[in-house]
Amino acid sequence: MPEINIRDALQMGHHEALENDPDVLIMGEDIGAYGGAYSVTAGLLDEFGPERVRDTPISEAAFVGAGIGAAVGGLKPIVEYMNLNFALLAFDQMINIGASLRYMSGGQVSVPIVYRAPTGGGIQLAATHSRSYENWLAAIPGMKVVAPSTPADALGLLRSSLLDPDPVLMVEHVLMYQQKGFVPDEHFIVPIGLADIKRPGSDLTIVSYHHAMVTAMEVADKLAARDVSAEVIDLRTLRPLDMPTVITSVKKTNRVLLLEENLKTGGIMGEIAAQIQENAFDFLDGPVVRVGAEDVPHPYNRGLEQSMIPSADKAIAAVSAAYGI
Amino acid sequence: MSIEETISRRTGSGKNDLSVPPLTEDDLLEMYRTMVLSRTLDERVWLLNRQGKAAIVASAQGHEGAQVGAVKASDPSRDHYLIYYRELCTMMALGVTPTEMLLGFLAKEGEPMSSARQFPLHGSMDRVDIVSFSNVVATQLPHAVGFALADQMRGIDAVTIAYFGDGAASMGDTHESMNFAGIHKLPVVFFCENNRYAISVPLSKQMAIDSVADRAEGYGMPGVTVDGMDPVAVYEAMYLAIANARNGGGPTLVEARVERFYPHTSDDDHTRYRSADDIETMTQRDPIEIMEQLLVSRDLLGEARKEQIWDSATRIVNEATQAAEDAPLPQPTGDNDIYKHLYADSNGN
Ligand SMILES: Cc1ncc(C[n+]2csc(CCOP(=O)(O)OP(=O)(O)O)c2C)c(N)n1
Repeated sequence: MPEINIRDALQMGHHEALENDPDVLIMGEDIGAYGGAYSVTAGLLDEFGPERVRDTPISEAAFVGAGIGAAVGGLKPIVEYMNLNFALLAFDQMINIGASLRYMSGGQVSVPIVYRAPTGGGIQLAATHSRSYENWLAAIPGMKVVAPSTPADALGLLRSSLLDPDPVLMVEHVLMYQQKGFVPDEHFIVPIGLADIKRPGSDLTIVSYHHAMVTAMEVADKLAARDVSAEVIDLRTLRPLDMPTVITSVKKTNRVLLLEENLKTGGIMGEIAAQIQENAFDFLDGPVVRVGAEDVPHPYNRGLEQSMIPSADKAIAAVSAAYGI
Repeated sequence: MSIEETISRRTGSGKNDLSVPPLTEDDLLEMYRTMVLSRTLDERVWLLNRQGKAAIVASAQGHEGAQVGAVKASDPSRDHYLIYYRELCTMMALGVTPTEMLLGFLAKEGEPMSSARQFPLHGSMDRVDIVSFSNVVATQLPHAVGFALADQMRGIDAVTIAYFGDGAASMGDTHESMNFAGIHKLPVVFFCENNRYAISVPLSKQMAIDSVADRAEGYGMPGVTVDGMDPVAVYEAMYLAIANARNGGGPTLVEARVERFYPHTSDDDHTRYRSADDIETMTQRDPIEIMEQLLVSRDLLGEARKEQIWDSATRIVNEATQAAEDAPLPQPTGDNDIYKHLYADSNGN
């Protein structure tokens, strides 16, 4: 297969899901004729009809709740949020119900639903459309959260999400739909809960995910020019976290940069930092370095917004300050 | 049943004396000028978007008659306006200047609604009592109810107008707000600008009924539908609703049937989901032309005056464009750094 982008990979994944399983139903706002806010469902309405590719009213609580109900009732719903920020309107359904039903019914009830949502800043949509909450949802027992940064990961993780008997949220960074990459021709999946070493190295471990992976690769390139070899780990799944991969790498490199675009306070990297010091404290040459976004709502103005999102230079400065490299 | 009858009968306010003061010649001309200014500015912001200078634009074209009529029916010296993103003409009618609007679209320093922190058309502006916190659909409706509650409890004689689209009518927030306002007979008017589309989703997929106003019954308030392309008709309906709220008669749901002439925003292409027929018929009636016909029929508008009004709007918008383009961009560091306005005390952590 030639190189394709993340949008195309997701579109393929939806197409094959609708084709292979009559129980699959896609619901969301403007996913039919419009093809979805980021065109992921483009063309599916024509092929599969308005019942299985269903435009909903603007009613997040209703269509997420209905998705959960339909999942319990035997369907395999994929619910697309136009933006992860609108998931706030359905957090009760996602957290108190979707993620808790199996446990709180003593294992009797499965909720095999897949939520998908664009997320992230950088395109001047201001805070109400740019904030990321995947870290909050990754803090919920019963949830699974995946965050691909390549087309192959997007397709492989979508396939795994659809096979999963529990609720899975896939977050898609708005700046990454055009991200290109090779996707294997033969059938494959990417298991949920497995990180990926996107670049091997020996002097510094960089842990990242989503669009911050682009920055992480830039950091690695720039450090390579200084003869520092960085190993870049793409988490891919935020819950369950693949800590063994992270810890093994940190034990090898003795230095670690945790890089995310989400707000630094409360971000997923705080949890990873804690686990590193619990499990690899004696291997560290210095403090765990953590770089995230400034703690403000995303401002609309481009310059202001860019100044809150972490850059490669900012990350490198933090690494240099901590480790003198 | 007439709108008067609907409103007075349903609220039992017995205020059959509710009557609408006729609009003066000056009123009509002012409404026309506002609509022309809004249309001219609206065109300009699309141009600025195409030039890559304005990141995103939502148009009010086709809604101007409804917006100018609603403001005319209110009392800007005391009423509150909880608008949404499609309210350029409402903002013009309330006295926001084109320069202020363009500072917003270009996200420049000195932008008065949000200090360039929020989407254009959102934020807040005390001078004209506009509040528009969020572009998350329908979130303004509970706030409007709260404004009305505060006024009711503090004995302040003001009415709150809550603006929303037909798609927003599907939100739980809308239902919950109307229910709350109905129970407490709050001085709020729910003003729905029904343009038959929520982005690409047509009204028939937002609700199983034809008219948003039909919902009012279930909240114990009057509901009326009005031709939103006719500024005078909207003025009359809104005047009655607002007067009824001022008299303690509680909320009303007013639905203005309008058309959305442009795609949802500058990020949209409506030919993907609207038929060529639909696109052609929707512009056959234009609120500005309807106003022109009225003015001509009353001998208030001739070719010369019309030209003068349009030219003057272009001049104002040109000057505003220049001023906004010349304004500096906000700087992330220094006095106005990105942490400013996070807390009352700027050192708030
Ligand atoms: C809760 C929520 N869901 C989805 C969106 C995305 N969205 C923005 S505007 C819009 C359509 C609103 O349509 P309508 O209320 O009819 O107003 P119109 O734009 O037609 O004036 C949608 C779905 C949003 N902003 N908030």
